[in-house]
Amino acid sequence: MRARISRRSFLHGSALTTAAATSAAAAIAGAAAAAVSGRPVTEQGREAVRLGPEAVRISLTINGSARPVSVEPRTTLAEALRDALGLTGTKIACDRGACSACTVWLDGQPICSCMVLAIEIGARHVTTIEGLASAAGLHPVQTAFIEHDALQCGFCTPGMLMSCAALLERMPAPDAQDVERAISGHLCRCGCYPHVVAATLEAAAVRRKRS
Amino acid sequence: MTTPSPQRTETFPCGLGADGLGEVTRQIPADEPPPLPPNSQLEVIGKPIARHNGRAKVTGAIRFTVDVTLPGLLHGRILRSAMPHAIIRSIDTSLAARHPGVRALVLVARPGDALSATVRYVGAPVAALAAESAAAAEEALRLIRVQYDPLPFVVELDRARAPSAPLVHDSVSVPRGHASGFPAPPDLPLHGNVRGPATLQRGDSAQGFAQADVVLEGEYRTQVQTHCCLEPHAIVADWGSEGLTVYISTQFTSGVRHELAEAFGLPLSRVRVVVDGMGGGFGSKSMLGNYGRLAVVLSRQAQAPVRIALDRQEEQIDSGNRPATWQRLRIGARNDGSLTAIALRSYGTAGVALGAGVGNVADALYRCPNVDTAQYDVFINAGPGCAMRGPGNVPGAWGMEQAIDELAERLVLDPLLLRDRIDASPVRREERRIGAERVDWRRRHAPGADAGVVKRGLGMAQSLWGANVQINAACEVRALRDGSVEVLSSVQDIGTGVGTVLAQVVAEVLGLRPEAITVRIGDTEFPAGPPSYGSRTTASITPPARTAAWQVLQSLLREAALALEVAPDALMAREGRIIVRGEPSRGMAFRDATALLRTDCVSAVASRSDDYGGFRRRMGDAAIAQQDLGGVQFAAVAVDTETGIVRVERVVAVQDCGRPLNPRQIESQVHGGVLMGLSFALFEERIIDQQTGRMVNPNLEQYRLAGCRETPQIEVVLLENYQGRSATDAYGIAEPSNIATAPAIANAVYNAIGVRVRSLPLTPGAILGALGKLRAGA
Ligand code: FES
Ligand code: FES
Repeated sequence: MRARISRRSFLHGSALTTAAATSAAAAIAGAAAAAVSGRPVTEQGREAVRLGPEAVRISLTINGSARPVSVEPRTTLAEALRDALGLTGTKIACDRGACSACTVWLDGQPICSCMVLAIEIGARHVTTIEGLASAAGLHPVQTAFIEHDALQCGFCTPGMLMSCAALLERMPAPDAQDVERAISGHLCRCGCYPHVVAATLEAAAVRRKRS
Repeated sequence: MTTPSPQRTETFPCGLGADGLGEVTRQIPADEPPPLPPNSQLEVIGKPIARHNGRAKVTGAIRFTVDVTLPGLLHGRILRSAMPHAIIRSIDTSLAARHPGVRALVLVARPGDALSATVRYVGAPVAALAAESAAAAEEALRLIRVQYDPLPFVVELDRARAPSAPLVHDSVSVPRGHASGFPAPPDLPLHGNVRGPATLQRGDSAQGFAQADVVLEGEYRTQVQTHCCLEPHAIVADWGSEGLTVYISTQFTSGVRHELAEAFGLPLSRVRVVVDGMGGGFGSKSMLGNYGRLAVVLSRQAQAPVRIALDRQEEQIDSGNRPATWQRLRIGARNDGSLTAIALRSYGTAGVALGAGVGNVADALYRCPNVDTAQYDVFINAGPGCAMRGPGNVPGAWGMEQAIDELAERLVLDPLLLRDRIDASPVRREERRIGAERVDWRRRHAPGADAGVVKRGLGMAQSLWGANVQINAACEVRALRDGSVEVLSSVQDIGTGVGTVLAQVVAEVLGLRPEAITVRIGDTEFPAGPPSYGSRTTASITPPARTAAWQVLQSLLREAALALEVAPDALMAREGRIIVRGEPSRGMAFRDATALLRTDCVSAVASRSDDYGGFRRRMGDAAIAQQDLGGVQFAAVAVDTETGIVRVERVVAVQDCGRPLNPRQIESQVHGGVLMGLSFALFEERIIDQQTGRMVNPNLEQYRLAGCRETPQIEVVLLENYQGRSATDAYGIAEPSNIATAPAIANAVYNAIGVRVRSLPLTPGAILGALGKLRAGA
């Protein structure tokens, strides 16, 4: 559509300039040395690295293992996970930060993976829905989601689970309002919120009992 | 002529609730199983069994259509009209065609061809292409140059009704069917943009109004709501020499297969339609759709698989919507409340499409001898509407259920008492009683009686929905030699959990745990299942599942009877064993019985028979059961009279769906229905700019949906309603649970503030306006 300006089109065709002084960019600077085609300077006067528009090779740490991947600078983390790495458990529903379906963890913090570029990740650890269960079995939130039927179509579910599991990491004994706050950015058209809250509270109780 | 199939007589439990059930005798086909006792006597049916694909959904393993990838997959993208109404003079695709990534390109609008070259809404498909990457497709799309000759347009219901309004359609382009695929009433007059009326007359309404002691009149309005499925409409089309395989996010695999076969001149046997995970439809994914057709065309041209997945903006402007409506209701009643006449006149707009009627509720919810309805469709330059959860009855109940409350007030009758007098349904009567008790209805205060800034109110409203059934619905059950069991049908699980209830029904018959049943659905390689719309899936597919399982069991019992040296009818299946009735120690494990099979597998395919005792109405593959589905909802609200913000604090939803098969999944669906209704009542609204014809909120942030913080306490009370109508006696719940919510909230808001708001949504501005608190010109 002609009048549409998306993040994609905005970045398209123009090389991406990143401040080399930030930790994320520093991490990719080495990997992307071949793509450096000039020495632009950031607003702060620091030396910047210029990437793209063609694909650059980076390495992402996902669910505990290093995953080399080739992405264009405009590629979001969500796209890199789904399209380049085949980790399709992460869902995209709005692609602009409005629904939280694409939630993953970045160093343990839930973020919208459609709102960060893959090349910004650097050395930080990404955890996706595929990495939520451990060798020991499902995460207690996953088990509780099944038991409480906290999902219907299941499209919002991976993102919802990542936020609920992250909540339990930082708050072992949440109340209903805490859960509501944690998922307040998530949209579920099937209307699973009551069961999501109940499931998360139960998962918290189960976890407390276990530890 | 087919000879009528042999029948036998059976006695079924009948009535409301688990206790005090009566009996009813029915003729049933001889090859169908005996009556199922009430849920309290069953092992698996009626229990809150966990979803069969729950694990796949919580681990991210389940494959949605947007996750499907095939070797050599191309990415399709649709160029859409930037104009609300125009003739396309030229389309220059030469630059796009030369883009190195592009592999196929088609024009939807063909300049020079009057019909296809006219675009009638912003977002109408103009051309489509497939490229080697999504980015390349996007780039190439931008290289297409389109020249438009703009035409005058109209995007608003009232303006489109004016005789001088720009014309959306000409006599050739006027659609003949509803966008949802249903036929529209034929040969209705078209004046300007207004088509109709579709009329229904019963009795003599003039006489009815003459007999009335009280005549109530009201005008009610509803806005356009969009479906907002979290998974977008998506398809992967793979045109190959052996035929066409299509992965599509659909509510009806079998229907899409028929559409494809017809559109592309293929035999059904060469068309396969598959869906596993399906991220919500709510009516908008009932058909192939223009995007689906384009993906197939591109795949055929490129000789490679093509994916088209709409982005959120495309979802909002061209994937269907609930039509906007305006209705005027006149209701005549005697002083005792009995209705003497109902007259309804309605105008609705489904954009460039048809299907905005609202009349079913006015016609059928209450007893009234004289009914006169006239319903008009109005065309506007906006994306086509389509069915959306409770189509017609959601706006219909918005009007009627407020009008009945208004009438009750005029007659100085309690709204529940008035409904007791005019509603013939014993099911809703019981639902009203239960709900009233739950919310302590007697303590409801007079309208606006609450002191203070935040005023609380209590209201209720009723739902009406036909118990729909698809006759063309089949299911196979297989028992394999190692004791494993499969249930197979093309029916799709759109989030309602139909796979789970299929496993439950089969497990109950075979005496197994539901986890032991392998569910294979969502693929037209299996027997053709019903659509997942019209709240008909469970009603259509679980009876044949039980019948097929029962027939498989009969084969097994015959083998086991030989080995155990008893008569087959002395045996039964229970807890993983085949045992002699009354002698549980005598028998064999289920898997030992299957090991006796002469072949690797014993299988039965059953299809949906008519409801026992017959249907009320039959239309092709579909039918409507004798009894309706009810549902009564109570809402408690708090209205801040300074900010105008309405907060729904509590909803009590008392619902029925025949025999409930899985109460937990039903509860989930009712939560969804209530929340979609609440969201419709308070937040959602498609806004189109009058100057440009563009939707200004085609996203999920300015198009507001209720989130968890807007979620009230929702209590679901589920009635068991046994009627002995099929092998499972189960019916649907999705739509009935969505119909009463908005009017229940509106009636509660009225009870809170003492002023009635008859237009949706109930935004802070609407509330303050009703309270006379908006400054003039503000
Ligand atoms: S897809 Fe990322 S927030 Fe919606
Ligand atoms: S389960 Fe369907 S959107 Fe949440």
